Amino acid sequence: MPQILTANRLVLGEVVYWNADRGWVTRLDDAQLLSDAEAEAALKGAAEWVQKREVVAPYLFDARLQNGIPVPSAVREAIRAAGPTVRPDLGKQAG
Amino acid sequence: MYRYDEFDARLVRERAEQFRGQVARRLSGELTEDEFKPLRLMNGLYLQLHSYMLRIAIPYGTLSAPQLRKLAFIGRNYDRGYGHFTTRQNLQLHWVKLPDVPDVLLELAQVEMHCMQTSGNNVRNLTADPFAGAAAGEIEDPRILCEIVRQWSTLHPEFSFLPRKFKICVIASEHDRAALLIHDIAIHAVKNEAGEIGYRVYVGGGLGRTPYLALEAGSFVPKRDILAFLEAVMRVYNEAGRRDNIWKARVKILVHQIGIEEMRRRIAKEFAEIKTSGTLELPPEEVERIAAYFAPSDFATLPEECPEFEAAKQGNREFAAWVKTNVHPHKMPGYAIATISLKPIGQTPGDCSSDQMDGLAAIMDAFGQAEIRVTHEQNLVLPHMRTSELFALWQKLVPLDLATANHGLITDIIACPGLDYCDLANARSIPIAQEIAKRFADPERQHDLGELKIKISGCINACGHHHVGHIGILGVDRKGLENYQILLGGSGAEDASLGQILGPGFDREGIVDAVENVIGTYKTLRRDGERFLDTYRRVGAQPFKEQLYAH
Repeated sequence: MPQILTANRLVLGEVVYWNADRGWVTRLDDAQLLSDAEAEAALKGAAEWVQKREVVAPYLFDARLQNGIPVPSAVREAIRAAGPTVRPDLGKQAG
Repeated sequence: MYRYDEFDARLVRERAEQFRGQVARRLSGELTEDEFKPLRLMNGLYLQLHSYMLRIAIPYGTLSAPQLRKLAFIGRNYDRGYGHFTTRQNLQLHWVKLPDVPDVLLELAQVEMHCMQTSGNNVRNLTADPFAGAAAGEIEDPRILCEIVRQWSTLHPEFSFLPRKFKICVIASEHDRAALLIHDIAIHAVKNEAGEIGYRVYVGGGLGRTPYLALEAGSFVPKRDILAFLEAVMRVYNEAGRRDNIWKARVKILVHQIGIEEMRRRIAKEFAEIKTSGTLELPPEEVERIAAYFAPSDFATLPEECPEFEAAKQGNREFAAWVKTNVHPHKMPGYAIATISLKPIGQTPGDCSSDQMDGLAAIMDAFGQAEIRVTHEQNLVLPHMRTSELFALWQKLVPLDLATANHGLITDIIACPGLDYCDLANARSIPIAQEIAKRFADPERQHDLGELKIKISGCINACGHHHVGHIGILGVDRKGLENYQILLGGSGAEDASLGQILGPGFDREGIVDAVENVIGTYKTLRRDGERFLDTYRRVGAQPFKEQLYAH
């Protein structure tokens, strides 16, 4: 299954995703779906961004493309991408 | 309440400045994340699902009005205008920014607060009976010992790197309103036959992956020896507790591995050695000095009966309903203890907005309340209200959405932040609590069911105390989807017990129906006056299983 590389920004703690063309992006819709080989390389490359103090705690999660939009396999990542389901006024979902 | 002396004040100020330096070194790259993480955790700063989360210590759950105002200010200016009161009687801010945290710590220091020991493998912020100093029949104010232990354990060099976190709770009443026996050390003030006050000390309680109730380690520890006894327990644990496996590192595992008899023997040996040196004997004058901070309020002499209060109840059904559930007897005639529910139907249990905090601080001023208490059930308590002023209090609580009449009822649900916020969670807790509350919102239905404690955790770490819920709900991950197990028969009160898993779990769509099914079985089986827990203990799990898994 394809994967997405994610992390949190060091300063704000904000959730971000990796896109090889655009760097770290804030919206899941803009995240790049990676093959196994790409994912492994991207995760290794994330160490450099950690070193540069851009992000912390990078990891990969499973996702698939649905209607052209990345959809995570786990509820956890869907919530992380949007914000608390009990506070639609907070998090990325709030716009 | 306790007021900082110059040493306390300097300590928290210096700590804030120290953390400012650590944050600066992290942002400049001088510290790596691996180096910085334990430093931020020592100051209560976690990286959660969406952002950084700051956990603020509220020692033994007591806040003054200026402290509450400061929390409101911090919530409004450094977070998103609210905070979340936890089962550890603390407050969590879920949206702080790393560079702001040193400023937040300095703001807290101005009102004698901090975030130390709200994380990490040390003695955590102590918890206590939220009715301390107000409950009838109390032996002494448990916060006196809490404060002594707080001073003893703060930055204690020997106990700053324990095998795992360590939680201590103190109560001094027969009624347990603090979930005493689920703590690593549980202290119950008691009197001996000579009328002297001492402490019954239990060791090895805790929930999580391996839940245990604490076992008695000392039946009567004299007051002067309590720190020596606690130090003895800590030394045994620090030496013998496992450090190779995070899941087996709590003192509960040690106690249940070697047995309580062997634990008692080891504690006695350490205790004898400490006693020989005599250095940890509590000087009575120091106890008195600290006790003076918790001296009983200047209570007026009031009649037991209060005609205007009775008239207000007669004239207002909603007020009467609130009194029935949220007002409790006080030790002094003419006074009452008022529980302020943070469980409005459909809202997040334990959440309190900055506006509500400011409103409550104004209420405290208006009614001369020096303190407000945070409960492990995620509610607040005004401990010393005049009965004659309860109606006026209630009228002020209504517009703040803080007058929900549900304390102890089915909608007064404990829920951890769960997968909506928490990095460790496997499933959401809050929406389940909200949906159960909506399903059972009808006041008549709630009162008909009587005392019923539902506690929900979003993972096995059990911050929502699901093991000690009359009905406990544990959220788990099932192939990436949320799934919920039901436990029945737990209690965190003086009749403490651990609930048992009923059977296979339910998905997100089925869990509320499943709870309703369990309630239906109780209604069918209950005898007159039986609480849910009483019925369960009489009939066992089988009838509930049969109904729940009939199809």
